[in-house]
Amino acid sequence: MKPFENFTGLIGVLDRANVDTDQIIPKQFLKSIQRTGFGKDLFYDWRYLTDGKPNPDFPLNQNRFRGSSILVVRNNFGCGSSREHAVWAIQQDGYRAVVAPRVERQGNVVPAFADIFKNNCSKNGLLTIELSEHEVDRIFDLVNQTPGLRASIDLKQQTLVLETSPKVTFKFEIDSAVKERFIHGHDDIGMTLTYESQIKEFETKHHTQRYGT
Amino acid sequence: MSKTLFEKIWDEHLVTTLRDGTSLIYIDRHLIHEVTSPQAFEGLRLTHRKVRRPELTFATMDHNVPTEDRLNIKDPISKAQVDALSKNCGEFGITLYDLKSDKQGIVHIIGPELGITLPGLTIVCGDSHTSTHGAFGTFALGIGTSEVEHVLATQCLPQKKPKTFKVEYTGRLQPNVTAKDMILKLIGLIGTAGATGYVLEYCGEAVRALSMEARMTICNMSIEAGARAGLIAPDETTFQYIANGNRPFAPRGKDLEKALSYWKTLPSDEGARYDRQLTIDASQIAPQVTWGTSPGMVIDVDERVPQLDQVPGYSKTDVMHALDYMGLKPGTPMTDIKVDTVFIGSCTNARIEDLRIAASLLKGKKISSAVRVLVVPGSVRVKQEAENEGLHEIFKKAGCEWRDAGCSMCLGMNPDQLKPGERCASTSNRNFEGRQGKGGRTHLVSPQMAAAAAIEGHFVDIRKWAKLS
Repeated sequence: MKPFENFTGLIGVLDRANVDTDQIIPKQFLKSIQRTGFGKDLFYDWRYLTDGKPNPDFPLNQNRFRGSSILVVRNNFGCGSSREHAVWAIQQDGYRAVVAPRVERQGNVVPAFADIFKNNCSKNGLLTIELSEHEVDRIFDLVNQTPGLRASIDLKQQTLVLETSPKVTFKFEIDSAVKERFIHGHDDIGMTLTYESQIKEFETKHHTQRYGT
Repeated sequence: MSKTLFEKIWDEHLVTTLRDGTSLIYIDRHLIHEVTSPQAFEGLRLTHRKVRRPELTFATMDHNVPTEDRLNIKDPISKAQVDALSKNCGEFGITLYDLKSDKQGIVHIIGPELGITLPGLTIVCGDSHTSTHGAFGTFALGIGTSEVEHVLATQCLPQKKPKTFKVEYTGRLQPNVTAKDMILKLIGLIGTAGATGYVLEYCGEAVRALSMEARMTICNMSIEAGARAGLIAPDETTFQYIANGNRPFAPRGKDLEKALSYWKTLPSDEGARYDRQLTIDASQIAPQVTWGTSPGMVIDVDERVPQLDQVPGYSKTDVMHALDYMGLKPGTPMTDIKVDTVFIGSCTNARIEDLRIAASLLKGKKISSAVRVLVVPGSVRVKQEAENEGLHEIFKKAGCEWRDAGCSMCLGMNPDQLKPGERCASTSNRNFEGRQGKGGRTHLVSPQMAAAAAIEGHFVDIRKWAKLS
């Protein structure tokens, strides 16, 4: 994984909740044995008409979002299938961060991102930023009022700054372990392998059949 | 200190705590299939790494498999993916149940059936429905391809400890109300992100009364509530399932005795604490049908398609999008909705018990002339067992298509797909837009409800219908 670098980019918005990974990258594209080539098929069924032309009604096809690198969506983004292809498709279409709200529903907190999706993002350096519902509502409003609205992300400071006048700053939380990995671009497997002696020792006493010793 | 079932398994598998505070968990079984593994093997090749414990890794082909003329995969890209799995398993020394094997099937069906899945284990697979195996009291979770590579290389997985969520089903189910209805009801109540960050533990009288097959149906859809995993404590039903039948990887004789004494220590201790709890009266659960494009968009079969502002947990816009896609109007009785296709299959409901139940309803009857019905066994073994019992004849006489084992129409990565606008009563697990084929409309139901819809051509309240017929 490459280290995450702070950047400033155009915001693209998709006003949908519970976007599942089947929508992010439909099943027919999972047949590839490569890790690349998924970008153009991101949101395929929404993005293109049946004749393969871009669907003018799909928000991210609007000119004002062309070249966007920060994707702002609604809660429970990435639910469903564990396909990591969803993360590859988002990244390969040019996005480096996804922003979504955690929301209160019936007294419970609904997280911004589904579990496996968020985990997959962290393995690939795609930053997931969880804000409050109010904050994300504000981003949607400001994007609608301000064509070409850009934002800067500073991972060390944990801030998302909208380039409005005056600037609007949102602070976000991130798991410290994930933050470290993003900043240094650690190879996860390499890191686990530095614990080889502990794994070996564990294997000598752990019976993987779970019967007898 | 009192521990939950989950905490017992977690503690048994904790290798160490990493410098960054994450837990390193040992993985006892790694199941792989053709779709989410090729890039992981490629990663190993690029970094010159080996598979650490090939003997704990099991592979099969399921997603791309045609359910007719299965050895002749016509789609060259599907074939390349299936061939890549054969090549990778050969190169890295992994046991593979391929299309010629009598042990092939949907990965979550063959694990339990072969005795690979046992209580107290940790199991991972690059597939979100890995939660199925939790029915045995095993911590089973779906992972992405990077994590597949991680487990192949290290047999370990860095994990943040999830929270625990106890769901107790009290009382007894009404006749013809099933495990599928129990889990759909829960998802309807808590939403598709209601259990995100948690491991669900299902318990209570109604759960204890279920067979292993039915318990697998419940745990299978834990992910549809957002959960990391689902668990059911092992009991006599679990032990009987493992001890009986041809399960080549299950312990036998003295090993089984030792195993049993360990497995009996696994259930949650009296007074164990959960982060969240919910009680559902099972006797009040009606047969469930989804009406929208998310498993949480579900209601009782005797209700009507909801009004835009009557769906807790979903905004008006969400509901509008869903109804538009599904071609439904608010206020329509669910039992008025006609179906074109019925799919009985998938890792949720393609075990022998599911087929027996569907066959018992279809016996001596004909499916509606307007409906196409696919019955797809979950594995080669399920298929053989069903044929030994003559179930295939019942299905065929009723007018159903009897197919070979695979994921089939659950996700449309193979030739079994819905056409745009087609409406399907499906025993699978996801009603997402396009899941069963672009433009296809999916209603999730139990095998009973699917079989009755096949006969009548529309949804029926199985409780009333079963009494009449």
